[in-house]
Amino acid sequence: MNLTVNGVVAALPDDPRVSLLDLLREQLRLPGAKKGCNQGACGACTVLLDGERILSCLTLAVQCEGRSVTTIEGVGAPGALHPLQQAFLEHDGFQCGYCTPGQICSALAMADEIRRGVPSHVTGDLTAETIALDRDELRERMSGNLCRCGAHNGIVEAILETFADQTEQLEAAE
Amino acid sequence: MNPFVYNRAADAADAVRRAAALNAKYLGGGTNLVDLMRETIERPPALVDVTGLSREIAQTPDGGLMIGAATRNTALAEHPLVRERYPLLTRAIVAGASPQIRNMATVGGNLLQRTRCVYFYDDDGARCNKRRPGEGCDAIGGFNRMHAVLGASDACIAVHPSDMCVALAALEAVVHLEGPAGARSLPLTDFHRLPGDRPDLETELAPGELITAVELPPAAVAARSAYRKVRDRASYAFALVSVAAALELEGGLVKDVRLAFGGLAHKPWRAWKAEAALRGNAASADAFAAAADAELADARPRSGNAFKVELARRTLVAVLTDLAGAVA
Repeated sequence: MNLTVNGVVAALPDDPRVSLLDLLREQLRLPGAKKGCNQGACGACTVLLDGERILSCLTLAVQCEGRSVTTIEGVGAPGALHPLQQAFLEHDGFQCGYCTPGQICSALAMADEIRRGVPSHVTGDLTAETIALDRDELRERMSGNLCRCGAHNGIVEAILETFADQTEQLEAAE
Repeated sequence: MNPFVYNRAADAADAVRRAAALNAKYLGGGTNLVDLMRETIERPPALVDVTGLSREIAQTPDGGLMIGAATRNTALAEHPLVRERYPLLTRAIVAGASPQIRNMATVGGNLLQRTRCVYFYDDDGARCNKRRPGEGCDAIGGFNRMHAVLGASDACIAVHPSDMCVALAALEAVVHLEGPAGARSLPLTDFHRLPGDRPDLETELAPGELITAVELPPAAVAARSAYRKVRDRASYAFALVSVAAALELEGGLVKDVRLAFGGLAHKPWRAWKAEAALRGNAASADAFAAAADAELADARPRSGNAFKVELARRTLVAVLTDLAGAVA
């Protein structure tokens, strides 16, 4: 009974009541994902499960057998920050920082969803094959991550800059 | 959270067998059930995880879609055939919850999510006939601006929280079940119950029955369709009122129409009376308002939610006006 966390195999708990969030924080000593509301309302516990963003507080760890989890500790490290982490620093995308790991994991998966063409509540044409990441799309798609400091303007700028750059790099490479 | 035994089902028959043997609840994405267990409002002795069951979205011989109950909400919303043929369903799904929750939540679980009535959740401090039938309802006479105005009872005024189910009601979806007594199916509109004097009974599911699939019949009317949700903030909030609508016109007359309300009742509320008032008649603003009035004549607002009746009327008229304009 194992799962993989940031590329490392870890054992699942014996008690099925343990949430993925508690497994990460209390047993694997990965405190990056945060326990905000513990009821699926704030997004602070967002991690990637097989590359998709989910709420680790409402996920039972036993449901993750054989699956791959990425937390903020697997996104970047001091001295080797992910470009999105660097952009959060440059744009003041946080004050207290409590929501930041969830914001960053969420935004990484959001960029994949945009590339995949997943529509959102504000998408005009449901049959469009490509969706542009503008401010309206970004705000709607990040609405599951609350920031009580109100750092949203910096968060939006950091995400826009990061993924606008990636888009340009992709176009340049083609 | 109370202790429980965790099981994973290999297929539907295995799930039904295990659930009957363990008196278990079925576990989908857990976005509602795990929360309710943590609040000890749900205390199942066992869970049978059914997320490994069918998540296939397949075309049916008659041109509809069969959706495996373990399909995640995101997968259903982004499916090309859903976006093309049933756009109101995609619209309804992406109007609900957050992307993280939609990645977790299953179709079967969405049907079975329980009300977000704050008195239902307040196990220590409030009376609730859903939690303990017969003890009373503190929402009646309490803070009830989110609560029901149609089909409620003096035992319960809670609303069903789903957006997806409102679209499914308009689309005449069929719910496929498998249980200890065999397989059967029910129209979505008959799947959820009104509260009456037993608000603890929310669906027609028999003990141990499992939702295996949701079927969408072909619906030409859905080509012109919409889902509009009115809520207290722009995103990530439950509906005050929502409307799922599909409209087909011919020569300025309503050839076919499907209407359903969310946020108004204990179940997704198919607006049969409004549809009957419109079918075969002119698609005019007056006709839309008369149709809304026909449906809402039975509304019974409570101390804090009278605004919902007018909000529902205006939302329905606005959605139909938009759809009629798009057709013309």
